[in-house]
Amino acid sequence: MRSLIAVILLAVIGLGLALCLSDMPFGANHIATAEKAGRHYLEKAPQETGSANVVTAVVVTYRGFDTLGEVTVLFIAAIGLGMVLYRRKKQEGKPPQPASFVLQTGCCFLFPLILILGVYIFLHGHLTPGGGFQGGVIVASGFLLAYIGCADMKIRHRWFEATESLAGSAFVIAGMAGLAAGGSFLMNFMPKGNFNTLFSAGIIPIIYIAIGLKVGAELTGLIANLLERAE
Amino acid sequence: MSFLFENSYYIAAVGLILIGLYIMAAKKNLIKVIIGLSFFETGINVLLIAAGYIRGGSAPIFSHPDMQAGKMVDPTPQALVLTAIVIGVAVLALALSLAVRLYEHHGTLNLRKIRELKW
Repeated sequence: MRSLIAVILLAVIGLGLALCLSDMPFGANHIATAEKAGRHYLEKAPQETGSANVVTAVVVTYRGFDTLGEVTVLFIAAIGLGMVLYRRKKQEGKPPQPASFVLQTGCCFLFPLILILGVYIFLHGHLTPGGGFQGGVIVASGFLLAYIGCADMKIRHRWFEATESLAGSAFVIAGMAGLAAGGSFLMNFMPKGNFNTLFSAGIIPIIYIAIGLKVGAELTGLIANLLERAE
Repeated sequence: MSFLFENSYYIAAVGLILIGLYIMAAKKNLIKVIIGLSFFETGINVLLIAAGYIRGGSAPIFSHPDMQAGKMVDPTPQALVLTAIVIGVAVLALALSLAVRLYEHHGTLNLRKIRELKW
């Protein structure tokens, strides 16, 4: 009975989606005319923002306020997880076995390399595919590896919370500085520099470094809350 | 056959969305419901990216002086999905933490046996 209702519901939703998609054939050039937003971003973003990666320009400058909201959603999810898992009951059963020597050595070898890769990706967010969100997730995956490989690993929560708050404040302060200097929130008021080099694109790299640190610290906090055994 | 081939990305995306919704509606185990949520979210991300694709377009990055704006795909859906993926991870973690709490409280993850979650 329950699956029958589910299947009928799915048929209705699938039909609706198919009807919507029949209006937009796959691969058609839907941004051909000049008044479309995507066309404007592609034509004007390199001059207006100085960023070679148009997706980064859209995320950090054109839709920067939206990105601030997304970062807030992430923050609220992390706080919610911390609150839900606060003061868990002591778990029964044996403590986890320490990992083997090979696994521990491999983790110690790979952990700094993964952190460097994450930092590289969020530093070059305005030049190559990637950016603050992706780099932050890679940093957090390095900590996940360390947690899985070394059973007694524990992070210092204070430090991660401080990093997260400072990075979040840096994002807002960069936006406010744009308000003070140019008259609009998150305005790109700094010099654009040479196109397609590391020191270019004004405040975009600064904001992406802040986002990268914030996302990395936040997701590491999530992993720590989920994996640490209750005292 | 050529219809299937032309629209394979749309079909995969809608398929993922429908599979995820079916799991969320019909399964009893809370962990499976959360897996369904993850399927649903992946399907929506694939759908958005496929909707922004333009045939023959390259990634919207001016990494080379010869790149032309006319030969690039739409950057807007990519910018939306970029943040949505990370938010999805955080929402998944929140859902799993709620599942941990429910298991500690009720001793089961079966949604039919947890009285408050029956429908």
